[in-house]
Amino acid sequence: MARGGSSSSSNPKISALIVEDHRPTSMLHEAILKRNNMETKVVNNGKHAVELHSKGERFDVIFMDYNMPEMNGAQATKKLREMGVRSMIVGVTSCTDFERVEFMAAGLDKCFKKGLTRAMVEEVLQKLKE
Amino acid sequence: MTMDVMQLQRKFSEHQSALYREGFLDDQFVQLQKLQDESSPDFVIEVVTMYFDDSENLLNNMARVLEQNPVDFKQVDAHVHQYKGSSASIGAARVKNLCAPFRTYCEAQNLEGCVRCLQQLQHEYSLLKNNLQYLFRLQQEIQAAGGKVPTPE
Repeated sequence: MARGGSSSSSNPKISALIVEDHRPTSMLHEAILKRNNMETKVVNNGKHAVELHSKGERFDVIFMDYNMPEMNGAQATKKLREMGVRSMIVGVTSCTDFERVEFMAAGLDKCFKKGLTRAMVEEVLQKLKE
Repeated sequence: MTMDVMQLQRKFSEHQSALYREGFLDDQFVQLQKLQDESSPDFVIEVVTMYFDDSENLLNNMARVLEQNPVDFKQVDAHVHQYKGSSASIGAARVKNLCAPFRTYCEAQNLEGCVRCLQQLQHEYSLLKNNLQYLFRLQQEIQAAGGKVPTPE
Protein backbone atom coordinates (compact mmCIF):
# COMPACT_ATOMS: atom_id res chain seq x y z
CA MET A 1 0.00 0.00 0.00
CA ALA A 2 1.40 3.40 -0.98
CA ARG A 3 2.32 5.66 1.91
CA GLY A 4 2.36 9.41 1.87
CA GLY A 5 1.74 12.55 3.85
CA SER A 6 3.06 11.26 7.22
CA SER A 7 5.75 13.13 9.14
CA SER A 8 9.09 11.39 9.47
CA SER A 9 9.06 10.63 13.20
CA SER A 10 9.52 7.30 14.96
CA ASN A 11 5.76 6.85 15.14
CA PRO A 12 4.21 8.83 12.29
CA LYS A 13 0.49 9.49 12.36
CA ILE A 14 -1.70 8.01 9.65
CA SER A 15 -2.81 10.80 7.31
CA ALA A 16 -6.37 10.95 6.06
CA LEU A 17 -8.13 13.07 3.47
CA ILE A 18 -11.87 13.54 4.02
CA VAL A 19 -13.73 14.35 0.81
CA GLU A 20 -17.21 15.44 1.91
CA ASP A 21 -19.34 18.45 1.00
CA HIS A 22 -21.68 18.30 3.96
CA ARG A 23 -20.13 20.23 6.86
CA PRO A 24 -21.78 18.38 9.82
CA THR A 25 -20.71 15.06 8.30
CA SER A 26 -17.12 16.16 7.64
CA MET A 27 -16.94 17.55 11.20
CA LEU A 28 -18.10 14.21 12.56
CA HIS A 29 -15.70 12.21 10.39
CA GLU A 30 -12.81 14.48 11.34
CA ALA A 31 -13.57 14.04 15.05
CA ILE A 32 -13.71 10.23 14.73
CA LEU A 33 -10.42 10.11 12.82
CA LYS A 34 -8.69 12.44 15.28
CA ARG A 35 -9.87 10.21 18.14
CA ASN A 36 -8.01 7.43 16.36
CA ASN A 37 -4.90 9.63 16.39
CA MET A 38 -4.97 10.38 12.66
CA GLU A 39 -3.92 13.58 10.88
CA THR A 40 -6.79 14.95 8.83
CA LYS A 41 -7.48 17.30 5.96
CA VAL A 42 -10.95 18.09 4.60
CA VAL A 43 -11.99 19.13 1.08
CA ASN A 44 -15.57 19.59 -0.02
CA ASN A 45 -15.66 17.97 -3.43
CA GLY A 46 -13.92 15.45 -5.67
CA LYS A 47 -12.33 18.15 -7.84
CA HIS A 48 -10.45 19.60 -4.85
CA ALA A 49 -9.26 16.11 -3.90
CA VAL A 50 -7.86 15.64 -7.41
CA GLU A 51 -6.24 19.11 -7.35
CA LEU A 52 -4.46 18.32 -4.05
CA HIS A 53 -3.02 15.15 -5.55
CA SER A 54 -2.03 17.00 -8.76
CA LYS A 55 0.09 19.27 -6.55
CA GLY A 56 1.83 16.21 -5.12
CA GLU A 57 0.01 15.75 -1.81
CA ARG A 58 -0.49 12.17 -0.73
CA PHE A 59 -2.44 10.55 2.10
CA ASP A 60 -2.44 7.11 3.67
CA VAL A 61 -6.21 6.89 3.31
CA ILE A 62 -8.95 8.88 1.58
CA PHE A 63 -12.53 8.83 2.91
CA MET A 64 -14.67 9.67 -0.11
CA ASP A 65 -18.32 10.69 -0.21
CA TYR A 66 -20.28 9.84 -3.38
CA ASN A 67 -22.73 12.67 -3.92
CA MET A 68 -20.82 15.96 -4.28
CA PRO A 69 -21.02 19.00 -6.57
CA GLU A 70 -18.59 19.56 -9.50
CA MET A 71 -17.04 16.08 -9.30
CA ASN A 72 -18.70 13.20 -7.45
CA GLY A 73 -16.90 10.47 -5.51
CA ALA A 74 -16.89 7.91 -8.32
CA GLN A 75 -15.47 10.42 -10.83
CA ALA A 76 -12.82 11.59 -8.34
CA THR A 77 -11.81 8.02 -7.44
CA LYS A 78 -11.48 7.07 -11.12
CA LYS A 79 -9.39 10.18 -11.79
CA LEU A 80 -7.10 9.52 -8.80
CA ARG A 81 -6.49 5.91 -9.90
CA GLU A 82 -5.74 7.12 -13.45
CA MET A 83 -3.18 9.52 -11.91
CA GLY A 84 -1.51 6.52 -10.25
CA VAL A 85 -2.69 7.28 -6.71
CA ARG A 86 -2.45 4.01 -4.78
CA SER A 87 -3.66 5.25 -1.38
CA MET A 88 -6.46 3.31 0.23
CA ILE A 89 -9.72 4.94 -0.87
CA VAL A 90 -12.75 4.21 1.29
CA GLY A 91 -16.22 5.22 0.14
CA VAL A 92 -18.58 6.51 2.86
CA THR A 93 -21.98 6.95 1.33
CA SER A 94 -25.73 6.49 1.52
CA CYS A 95 -26.02 5.84 -2.22
CA THR A 96 -28.14 3.07 -3.78
CA ASP A 97 -26.73 -0.41 -4.51
CA PHE A 98 -26.45 0.49 -8.18
CA GLU A 99 -24.46 3.63 -7.38
CA ARG A 100 -22.30 1.62 -4.95
CA VAL A 101 -21.38 -0.82 -7.72
CA GLU A 102 -20.31 2.14 -9.89
CA PHE A 103 -18.39 3.59 -6.95
CA MET A 104 -16.51 0.34 -6.24
CA ALA A 105 -15.77 -0.12 -9.95
CA ALA A 106 -14.17 3.34 -9.99
CA GLY A 107 -11.40 1.98 -7.76
CA LEU A 108 -12.46 1.96 -4.11
CA ASP A 109 -10.80 -0.44 -1.69
CA LYS A 110 -13.86 -0.52 0.55
CA CYS A 111 -17.28 1.09 0.77
CA PHE A 112 -19.08 1.83 4.03
CA LYS A 113 -22.65 2.96 4.51
CA LYS A 114 -23.04 6.33 6.21
CA GLY A 115 -22.62 7.00 9.16
CA LEU A 116 -19.00 6.35 9.80
CA THR A 117 -18.24 4.72 13.15
CA ARG A 118 -15.07 4.19 15.18
CA ALA A 119 -15.33 0.46 14.47
CA MET A 120 -15.20 1.13 10.71
CA VAL A 121 -12.16 3.39 11.15
CA GLU A 122 -10.43 0.73 13.27
CA GLU A 123 -11.10 -1.77 10.47
CA VAL A 124 -9.42 0.62 8.00
CA LEU A 125 -6.44 1.12 10.32
CA GLN A 126 -6.08 -2.65 10.67
CA LYS A 127 -6.06 -3.03 6.89
CA LEU A 128 -3.42 -0.30 6.56
CA LYS A 129 -1.14 -2.19 8.94
CA GLU A 130 -1.31 -5.35 6.78
CA MET B 1 -25.27 17.23 44.08
CA THR B 2 -28.49 19.22 44.43
CA MET B 3 -31.94 17.72 43.89
CA ASP B 4 -32.43 20.10 40.97
CA VAL B 5 -29.39 18.81 39.10
CA MET B 6 -30.39 15.20 39.81
CA GLN B 7 -33.89 15.89 38.54
CA LEU B 8 -32.50 17.53 35.41
CA GLN B 9 -30.19 14.58 34.83
CA ARG B 10 -33.10 12.16 35.25
CA LYS B 11 -35.25 14.16 32.80
CA PHE B 12 -32.35 14.21 30.34
CA SER B 13 -31.81 10.43 30.56
CA GLU B 14 -35.52 9.72 30.23
CA HIS B 15 -35.95 11.99 27.23
CA GLN B 16 -32.83 10.61 25.57
CA SER B 17 -34.01 7.02 26.09
CA ALA B 18 -37.40 7.90 24.63
CA LEU B 19 -35.78 9.34 21.50
CA TYR B 20 -33.93 6.07 20.93
CA ARG B 21 -36.92 3.89 21.86
CA GLU B 22 -39.25 5.73 19.49
CA GLY B 23 -36.76 5.49 16.65
CA PHE B 24 -36.00 9.20 16.27
CA LEU B 25 -32.32 8.42 16.86
CA ASP B 26 -30.18 5.38 16.19
CA ASP B 27 -26.75 4.13 17.22
CA GLN B 28 -25.00 6.71 15.05
CA PHE B 29 -26.16 9.44 17.48
CA VAL B 30 -24.44 7.49 20.26
CA GLN B 31 -21.23 7.71 18.19
CA LEU B 32 -21.74 11.47 18.05
CA GLN B 33 -22.31 11.75 21.80
CA LYS B 34 -19.20 9.69 22.53
CA LEU B 35 -17.10 12.25 20.64
CA GLN B 36 -18.13 14.96 23.12
CA ASP B 37 -15.71 15.47 26.00
CA GLU B 38 -14.23 18.20 28.21
CA SER B 39 -12.18 19.54 25.29
CA SER B 40 -15.29 19.78 23.07
CA PRO B 41 -18.27 20.04 25.48
CA ASP B 42 -20.65 21.42 22.84
CA PHE B 43 -19.65 19.11 20.00
CA VAL B 44 -23.07 17.48 19.65
CA ILE B 45 -24.94 20.80 19.74
CA GLU B 46 -22.56 22.28 17.12
CA VAL B 47 -22.90 19.36 14.72
CA VAL B 48 -26.66 19.08 15.15
CA THR B 49 -27.19 22.84 14.75
CA MET B 50 -25.37 22.65 11.43
CA TYR B 51 -27.58 19.70 10.53
CA PHE B 52 -30.69 21.78 11.34
CA ASP B 53 -29.49 24.63 9.06
CA ASP B 54 -28.66 22.14 6.34
CA SER B 55 -32.04 20.38 6.72
CA GLU B 56 -33.99 23.59 6.35
CA ASN B 57 -32.04 24.53 3.22
CA LEU B 58 -32.55 21.11 1.67
CA LEU B 59 -36.26 20.94 2.52
CA ASN B 60 -36.80 24.44 1.08
CA ASN B 61 -34.89 23.45 -2.06
CA MET B 62 -37.01 20.32 -2.48
CA ALA B 63 -40.21 22.35 -2.09
CA ARG B 64 -39.02 24.96 -4.56
CA VAL B 65 -38.09 22.42 -7.22
CA LEU B 66 -41.38 20.53 -6.78
CA GLU B 67 -43.29 23.75 -7.41
CA GLN B 68 -41.60 24.32 -10.76
CA ASN B 69 -43.19 23.33 -14.06
CA PRO B 70 -41.85 21.01 -15.34
CA VAL B 71 -40.40 19.42 -12.21
CA ASP B 72 -36.73 18.47 -12.39
CA PHE B 73 -37.01 15.11 -10.56
CA LYS B 74 -33.25 14.53 -10.83
CA GLN B 75 -32.67 17.74 -8.88
CA VAL B 76 -35.21 16.71 -6.23
CA ASP B 77 -33.54 13.30 -6.02
CA ALA B 78 -30.12 14.93 -5.55
CA HIS B 79 -31.45 16.94 -2.59
CA VAL B 80 -33.11 13.85 -1.07
CA HIS B 81 -29.93 11.82 -1.52
CA GLN B 82 -27.94 14.51 0.27
CA TYR B 83 -30.50 14.65 3.06
CA LYS B 84 -30.43 10.88 3.47
CA GLY B 85 -26.66 10.93 3.81
CA SER B 86 -26.54 13.79 6.29
CA SER B 87 -29.36 12.28 8.38
CA ALA B 88 -27.59 8.91 8.43
CA SER B 89 -24.35 10.56 9.53
CA ILE B 90 -25.85 12.03 12.68
CA GLY B 91 -28.27 9.20 13.49
CA ALA B 92 -31.56 10.88 12.57
CA ALA B 93 -33.14 7.51 11.82
CA ARG B 94 -36.77 8.37 11.12
CA VAL B 95 -35.81 11.23 8.81
CA LYS B 96 -33.27 9.01 7.02
CA ASN B 97 -35.82 6.22 6.55
CA LEU B 98 -38.29 8.53 4.80
CA CYS B 99 -35.71 9.38 2.14
CA ALA B 100 -35.62 5.95 0.44
CA PRO B 101 -39.32 5.93 -0.62
CA PHE B 102 -38.98 9.58 -1.60
CA ARG B 103 -36.12 8.65 -3.97
CA THR B 104 -38.30 5.90 -5.45
CA TYR B 105 -41.01 8.42 -6.25
CA CYS B 106 -38.41 10.75 -7.79
CA GLU B 107 -37.20 7.93 -10.02
CA ALA B 108 -40.79 7.19 -11.06
CA GLN B 109 -41.35 10.93 -11.61
CA ASN B 110 -44.44 10.66 -9.43
CA LEU B 111 -45.21 14.24 -8.37
CA GLU B 112 -48.03 13.35 -5.98
CA GLY B 113 -45.85 10.78 -4.22
CA CYS B 114 -42.97 13.25 -3.99
CA VAL B 115 -45.16 15.98 -2.51
CA ARG B 116 -46.57 13.55 0.05
CA CYS B 117 -43.05 12.40 1.00
CA LEU B 118 -41.88 15.98 1.37
CA GLN B 119 -44.76 16.73 3.74
CA GLN B 120 -43.89 13.65 5.82
CA LEU B 121 -40.23 14.64 5.83
CA GLN B 122 -41.04 18.19 6.96
CA HIS B 123 -43.22 16.84 9.76
CA GLU B 124 -40.64 14.30 10.88
CA TYR B 125 -37.84 16.87 10.82
CA SER B 126 -39.93 19.28 12.87
CA LEU B 127 -40.56 16.61 15.51
CA LEU B 128 -36.86 15.72 15.64
CA LYS B 129 -35.79 19.35 15.92
CA ASN B 130 -38.21 20.09 18.78
CA ASN B 131 -37.16 16.98 20.66
CA LEU B 132 -33.44 17.59 20.25
CA GLN B 133 -33.74 21.27 21.18
CA TYR B 134 -35.46 20.20 24.42
CA LEU B 135 -32.66 17.70 25.08
CA PHE B 136 -30.03 20.39 24.48
CA ARG B 137 -31.85 22.83 26.80
CA LEU B 138 -31.69 20.20 29.55
CA GLN B 139 -28.02 19.62 28.76
CA GLN B 140 -27.23 23.31 29.09
CA GLU B 141 -29.17 23.57 32.36
CA ILE B 142 -27.23 20.61 33.78
CA GLN B 143 -23.91 22.13 32.69
CA ALA B 144 -24.86 25.57 34.08
CA ALA B 145 -25.66 23.95 37.43
CA GLY B 146 -22.24 22.29 37.42
CA GLY B 147 -23.60 18.80 36.86
CA LYS B 148 -22.41 16.05 34.53
CA VAL B 149 -24.45 15.32 31.42
CA PRO B 150 -25.51 11.63 31.46
CA THR B 151 -23.81 9.60 28.75
CA PRO B 152 -25.75 7.12 26.64
CA GLU B 153 -25.81 3.52 27.90
